[in-house]
Amino acid sequence: MFEKLMNIDRRIVFTLVALVVIIPMLAPFSIPLTVAEPTQNLYDYIDALPPGSTIMISFDYGPSSFVEPEPMAEAVMKHCFDKEVNVIGITLEIQAVPLADKVMQRVAVEKGAVYGEDYVLLGYRPGDTFVILGMGAEIASVFDSDYLEKPITEIPMLQNITNYDQISLLLVLAAGSTVEDWITYGHTKFDLQIAAGVTGVIVSQMYPYLQTKQLIGLMPGFRGAAEYEKLIDAFGSGTKGINTASLVHLLVIGLVVIGNIAFFVQRRREE
Amino acid sequence: MEFLGIWIAAFLTLCIYSFLYRDNPFYRFAEHLLVGMSVGYIIILTIYFGLIPYAWDPIQKAVTGEASRWGFLTLIPICIGLLFFTRLSTRHAWLIRYPIAILMGVTSGIMIPNALQTDIFAQVQGTLNPFSVIGTLSSFEIFGAILIVIGVICTLTYFFFSVEHRGPIAGISKVGITFLMIGFGSAFGNTVMGRVALLIQRVDFLINDWIGTIF
Repeated sequence: MFEKLMNIDRRIVFTLVALVVIIPMLAPFSIPLTVAEPTQNLYDYIDALPPGSTIMISFDYGPSSFVEPEPMAEAVMKHCFDKEVNVIGITLEIQAVPLADKVMQRVAVEKGAVYGEDYVLLGYRPGDTFVILGMGAEIASVFDSDYLEKPITEIPMLQNITNYDQISLLLVLAAGSTVEDWITYGHTKFDLQIAAGVTGVIVSQMYPYLQTKQLIGLMPGFRGAAEYEKLIDAFGSGTKGINTASLVHLLVIGLVVIGNIAFFVQRRREE
Repeated sequence: MEFLGIWIAAFLTLCIYSFLYRDNPFYRFAEHLLVGMSVGYIIILTIYFGLIPYAWDPIQKAVTGEASRWGFLTLIPICIGLLFFTRLSTRHAWLIRYPIAILMGVTSGIMIPNALQTDIFAQVQGTLNPFSVIGTLSSFEIFGAILIVIGVICTLTYFFFSVEHRGPIAGISKVGITFLMIGFGSAFGNTVMGRVALLIQRVDFLINDWIGTIF
């Protein structure tokens, strides 16, 4: 039996994973979710901002990784618009402009936010580090127009914004290494308050920055999105995703445990 | 049009997942299409968001008099950048040293002080700070602070190759390996979470968007 388990066809594992993903989608269910401290800290920070404040969101992900950061963007923007906090969108990833545009417009329509007054998408400029450093001196020196090529001098919500001094928070939604860039140049050099929402793949690298308070908050993958959705009481794709993902995690844990038991039993028999 | 887009996306998704059964022409078709389109997409975006606004426009405006003649200065970084292509010629390959030297110099000058502060000084401070306020910490927080210090010392010892790993050093570095394994395990777990998220989104698309167009 254990020998059979050790040589199980990988396609059986794939089928099990597929079933565990498909079945909950056909018969939705809900798993209780507790909000972790890093997500709560981000929520509390935004919740405490006075109306009229401005946060910046850096949409640093692409089409192959938008699944996790996009629900985070939606949840945070909904919270901001409810609190009358303005949102500036930028990106250091060239592929992210249409994705950011889509998500910002979707939330704005839902919340009745007005482009140029409540939110704006500045778009992409090349040269990661130099974009971050340049905006620290003067945002207009890097972004002289928004992504629609409208001069920023004609955008009402940007009239009183010169540099990071007027930005209450930068939220980096990332699937790569841009969080480190923002911390290294934005926080260390300009004392910009930074929070992050990252894909599961890179979340482990973020915890050292949380401990040192270089990040004031963190949303880890689907879980982070679901936690934020719970905090604002607006259940969306993050919550839907984490429910299904939890079952897959249980399956993976089960398979790892069974595989290890089979391995050790077989090794003992061989000895 | 949206209907057609959904069907093409569904077909390509199924082509990619067919690899889970075995390698096949449908998978290879979708794979090559993805690579080709990704490269093409990035090239077009780079031209529109990089080359045209930062290289072409300033020079064109300087030539037509729409902007100041200072726009011609853009030619300097363009020429330095073009020196990268000298690598393609054996005779002129030495010229690549200039753009690389400029790039390395500028990057090092900007990066080193900030990176030292971010990744060394702040991290050391973060590791030791709890001990400066130890009286205000709960027993669990004190345990956590001590554990982090032990983890840092043991892990760094594992990577310290100037002394032979024998006796107490071997023991300490073994503890370091344990911390490393816990770190790798955490990274693996989070990677699984990330990959599962991608699968969930695709299955959600197939069930709700694609099958939704059929029924």
